Amino acid sequence: MALLGFLLRRILTGIVVVWLVATGAFFLFFARPVATVAHQLAGHAATPQVINEVINNLGLNQPIMVQYWHFLDGLLHGNLGYSYYSQEPVTTMLKQDLPPTVSLVIGGVILWLVVGLTVGIISATRARSLFDRSANVAVLIGLSLPVFVIGELLILVVFVPLNQHGFSWIQTQYSGPSNGLLTWSGHMILPWITLAAVQAAVYTRLMRGQLLDTMGEDYIRTARSKGLSERRVTFKHGVRSALTPVVSQLGVDVGQLLGGVVVVEVVFGLGGIGQVSVEAIDTDNLPVIIGFVIVAAAFVVVANIVVDLVYALLDPRVRIT
Amino acid sequence: MSVTGLEFAGQEAAAGESALDADAAKIQGRSQWQLTWRRLRRDKVAMAALAVIAVILLLAIFAPVFVAITHHPPNIAYPNTGEDAAGNPVGPGTAGFWLGTDGTGRDLFIRILYGARISLFVGFVTTAIGAVAGVIVGLMAGYFGGVIDTVLARFTDAVLAFPYVVLALALAVVLGPSLTVIIGVIAFFSWAAIARIVRGQTLSIKEKEYIEAARSLGAGPFRIMIFDILPNLLAPVLVLATLYIPTAIVFEATLSYLGLGIQPPTASWGDILADAQNFYSTSWWYVVFPALALLITTLAFNLLGDGVRDAMDPRTERVLAAGKARRRRRGKHQVLADGQAELSHVAPYVPPAEGS
Repeated sequence: MALLGFLLRRILTGIVVVWLVATGAFFLFFARPVATVAHQLAGHAATPQVINEVINNLGLNQPIMVQYWHFLDGLLHGNLGYSYYSQEPVTTMLKQDLPPTVSLVIGGVILWLVVGLTVGIISATRARSLFDRSANVAVLIGLSLPVFVIGELLILVVFVPLNQHGFSWIQTQYSGPSNGLLTWSGHMILPWITLAAVQAAVYTRLMRGQLLDTMGEDYIRTARSKGLSERRVTFKHGVRSALTPVVSQLGVDVGQLLGGVVVVEVVFGLGGIGQVSVEAIDTDNLPVIIGFVIVAAAFVVVANIVVDLVYALLDPRVRIT
Repeated sequence: MSVTGLEFAGQEAAAGESALDADAAKIQGRSQWQLTWRRLRRDKVAMAALAVIAVILLLAIFAPVFVAITHHPPNIAYPNTGEDAAGNPVGPGTAGFWLGTDGTGRDLFIRILYGARISLFVGFVTTAIGAVAGVIVGLMAGYFGGVIDTVLARFTDAVLAFPYVVLALALAVVLGPSLTVIIGVIAFFSWAAIARIVRGQTLSIKEKEYIEAARSLGAGPFRIMIFDILPNLLAPVLVLATLYIPTAIVFEATLSYLGLGIQPPTASWGDILADAQNFYSTSWWYVVFPALALLITTLAFNLLGDGVRDAMDPRTERVLAAGKARRRRRGKHQVLADGQAELSHVAPYVPPAEGS
């Protein structure tokens, strides 16, 4: 029962947050001078008449509160509006652009968790060993390199040479799983590595720090003194409780990333939520921008709710109220 | 060295002085900053990082000198000497271009130097703004609590949870890309993390006895915040700030890479790397050198930040000493135990998703 109440309350506050973000995005973009937007749409050589026509067609001449009301009304009916350019419904565009982003995030998460957690645990259990020090250097390099630089370097040293020598499994751009899993993974492998490189660094650092803190707790000493093997102490008592903050970070990250992995998508030309948002921003395609921002915010909200639920599962001290 | 900040200066007490003076000379007080500096100076990696940062700063400041030497102003293209027959960039060392040229035949080395000016300027200025704003917000929220705290904390959460990259891009577009806007956007996203830490620290400091003493002497809230709490916050804020500079540099490079940062022809690392994408197969230097410049700079700041964090923490030496002793005692692979765990209470700034 407590769970149901918790869920209801969180979903309600979540809706409020999404509404706030949507409203913020709406006024941020619609507060711009109408003529600039229309000018952008109509092209540089457009006459004032053409511009006026564009403004009228898009309903941009109405008072802003009326437009806002239309926008909210559409939102409640699951209609996010239509692209200014292609007249496609924004919801259709979202359906098309989600697969690359989701593919990227799923593969990336698996890769960075495997690498980050393994390296973090080994580093923590062998603190200040050679392995720990080398891992620390690698982590700092990962944290210091911008995502797009990692992507560009991968293209330069992996993609270009391999393709010049006729080895064409590894590709850029997106190809869906329906074209064959092998092709799909070939297209996704470099983006996965790029995304995972930075994130693995973050998670290694987090896991190492948390595990070291945990292993200093009294109950670890108790576990050791009752004769458990070091491996059992580490994994059963140490890692399990050290995982809690990792899970909360993971939830936030996945939520954020599903809203568009802008840089990786742009570097590899994958399409996806992030790249399309950037293009929409570039071309003043207001309905698309707002639609995508709303979806991104919704992902963050859902991720936060899931994190709180998983928290309660992992840590018996946390009670859902 | 003792951890309390007091150190016996030994035989320096001159003979003939009064007993009181002799005592004062024997026990020499060292401020936390002096102790930190002493510890930092012994950290070879941090000192190397500091040296690298100094070199980069000098290179950036004296960029015009290199223009005078090479006779290649940053925004002048050399279609004849700077491009080969196919119109591609020429390699390092060709025709007086130390690191080769870029896509339009401009001197890559000079452009990287001028890019460093932008990167470092943005890094320092945004971090300063973010630190000041973060301290003010965190201090107020932590000290006053109540409604102010709730409002500020929710606002901080909202900033941290926003679809960050997209919003940054949107702001850059709506306001029109310019250096001021870039600095504003990056600073807007940098204060929240600092505010959170400052709030937490303030919450614990304000319960200390000396704060109560100050209050009983009649000190007002602002006096207490500025003179009694703020000095104790400087250490963690300094560490966070050092670690935030590279994040800001990366952020600026990313915005410029996406075409929404510093506008051409002004050189910036992100913009150079974006242009370099068209020349992957012909000109490796075009990607490699600006990427290296970016990596070396941010890595140096990260290493320095880690060093400063360790040096600020009086537990460092105990942990190192205890760790060594324990390893000798129990063999190498024993974990640290008994609260010597790690120096992670001042958490490094964790870049948001994507690290961008």
